[in-house]
Amino acid sequence: MTDLSKRNTLRLAAAAAAGVALTGYGIRPARAADGEPLKAAWIYVGPVGDNGWTFTHDNGRKAVERKFGDRVQTTYVENVPEGPDTERVARDLVSQGYQLIFGTSFGFMEPMLKVAKDHPEVKFEHCTGYKTLPNLRTYEARNYEGAFLAGIIAGMMTQSNQLGLVGTVPIPEVLRNLNSFALGTRVTNPKASTKVIWINSWHNPPKETEAATTLINGGADILFQNTDSPAVLETAESMGKYAFGWNAPQLAYGPKARLASSIIDWSYYYTHAVQEALDGTWATGPNQWWGVKEDTVDLVDVADFVPDEAREKMEEHKAGLRDGSYAIWKGPVQDNTGKEVVADGVVPDDDWLKAINFYVDGVEGKVPGA
Amino acid sequence: METYALLFGSMLSAGTVLALAALGELISEKAGVLNLGVEGMMLCAAIAGFATTVSTGSYIAGFVAGVLAGAILAAVFGWLVIWLGSNQYATGLALMLFGTGLSAFVGAGYVQESLPARMRFTWFGLGDIPIVGPALFRQHPLAYGAMLLTALMIWWLYRTRAGLVLRSVGESPESANALGYPVRRIRLAAVVFGGAMSGIAGAYLSLVYTPLWAEGMVAGRGWIALALVVFATWRPLRVLLGAYLFGGVMMLQFFLQSESIPIPSEFLAMTPYLATIIVLALISRNATWIRINMPASLGKAFNPVS
Repeated sequence: MTDLSKRNTLRLAAAAAAGVALTGYGIRPARAADGEPLKAAWIYVGPVGDNGWTFTHDNGRKAVERKFGDRVQTTYVENVPEGPDTERVARDLVSQGYQLIFGTSFGFMEPMLKVAKDHPEVKFEHCTGYKTLPNLRTYEARNYEGAFLAGIIAGMMTQSNQLGLVGTVPIPEVLRNLNSFALGTRVTNPKASTKVIWINSWHNPPKETEAATTLINGGADILFQNTDSPAVLETAESMGKYAFGWNAPQLAYGPKARLASSIIDWSYYYTHAVQEALDGTWATGPNQWWGVKEDTVDLVDVADFVPDEAREKMEEHKAGLRDGSYAIWKGPVQDNTGKEVVADGVVPDDDWLKAINFYVDGVEGKVPGA
Repeated sequence: METYALLFGSMLSAGTVLALAALGELISEKAGVLNLGVEGMMLCAAIAGFATTVSTGSYIAGFVAGVLAGAILAAVFGWLVIWLGSNQYATGLALMLFGTGLSAFVGAGYVQESLPARMRFTWFGLGDIPIVGPALFRQHPLAYGAMLLTALMIWWLYRTRAGLVLRSVGESPESANALGYPVRRIRLAAVVFGGAMSGIAGAYLSLVYTPLWAEGMVAGRGWIALALVVFATWRPLRVLLGAYLFGGVMMLQFFLQSESIPIPSEFLAMTPYLATIIVLALISRNATWIRINMPASLGKAFNPVS
């Protein structure tokens, strides 16, 4: 019988743990042999059950499974905090043989870059990022187009000419959505004005409810949001006002309040990326920014009680976005202090859109910290 | 004027969640047991209440389920801490983590669900009186329940024999034991009550305040309630006022943002915490006062055989 004194037991336990760790991270081929399914993994910042951002990514993943069947094997890890945990999860996935890894949050950038540099044989895709490597590229969705289309309907249907947006963090992505919404309202209603409240969090249902209540108490009769839960829609329903679904249809939450839903459909992008990986044509390149034209962003489920006039106006602009004949940000565009930010006739490029740091004419207030 | 009345009304409902959880935790701490698992209990109660109401259509059943969820978790915590003597802080944190995970697991199937028709209140028509109506009379019954509970708690703790026994258990369990009181059972009862109150608060959150289920929806309010008890030096009225202060400043900062006051939103987001800490610390800065009100055996295990 082995010596089970405390010192020895600890030594044995340490040796056993080291043994397990070594075999767990043992040498394993990173590339599957022909005939074996492609292994693809998704890293999520939130829960699949958020009915918003992560939910739509997971729907895209499921679409990949449906389309490719046995040719792919997918997995996901949810609720991964941004930072050292991301690196740990990514390394773990690589060691399990995953060859295509998607990271769905901006904050995953540095950890993913680190792991990508150490494993040039694995392909990485980073959503909403901006740094690339030979084996890491970036992608995102033009959800500002959905915000714009929602604004068209909102501008027509508002009776108080006051709209409200519950914002998360004042970064360019959210400012772009806010401004696109306001531009949409101004297309149909030159008197429309949008107030914004920043809750400094991506997912906080009680705070979203409080912000939405404050906006409605301040006179807004249609709300829009950039937050991840249906709380804003729910609050609008209970206070007899209108709102939109965001990221996901969120149909159940506001049967009387929901005018339409701005959604992201990642299935097109994810099946495209997996197809490239299977065909061997996957390569890094400029940021993939897909929108209405690629069926990745859409304004859907327009409610029955929305007047036909508003619906047609929205469809008209959607068709324009789809065939490229209409540009949301075509000049002249002024910020809300009267300064011109886009000259007449100019259509700004994607880099300019990614650096937006002002409120467009139609939004009240000042960008926090600006 | 109407806007300020609405602001006051929303302050009351924002503070109710915190007040209910904090008052329960106050009783638990008065008996000497510090339960850090408030957030976990609130989350489990939120999903229990939400799931029950979605399945049965009854709000009462939902609240009962929430109370039971909180009470059962607290009972397990109480048994571990009081009878098995495990460290209160570590066990409380474990309860918090467990509650968070369990609620997410159970709630995975309920994310897409929504509740039957929302309740609107206007008591005896008083809710329609201009200004005073929206400010005071449009609340859910539990909002008034929190105020009533505070009054009852003040009377019970400081004017009844039972309250005196509870406080004595918290001050010196050895002396109470020597006098023949069942110290461990009293502590367990206090802990279970604290859990039940966290349960009501959690159910209120998912059934009334934000009627939906989303993972992690309590979003830190359990921790705020915990801190409120300490900053209010274990006095029920101060706990209630601290809860309203926090809820009020929270709504106020959103209101200021919507009025485009040029203070950065990040700074405004800090103000509820700052205001509550400052006010309560100022009220309770007398060291003697703190010594009188803090339960002397808080956090310490009690073993009657020693």
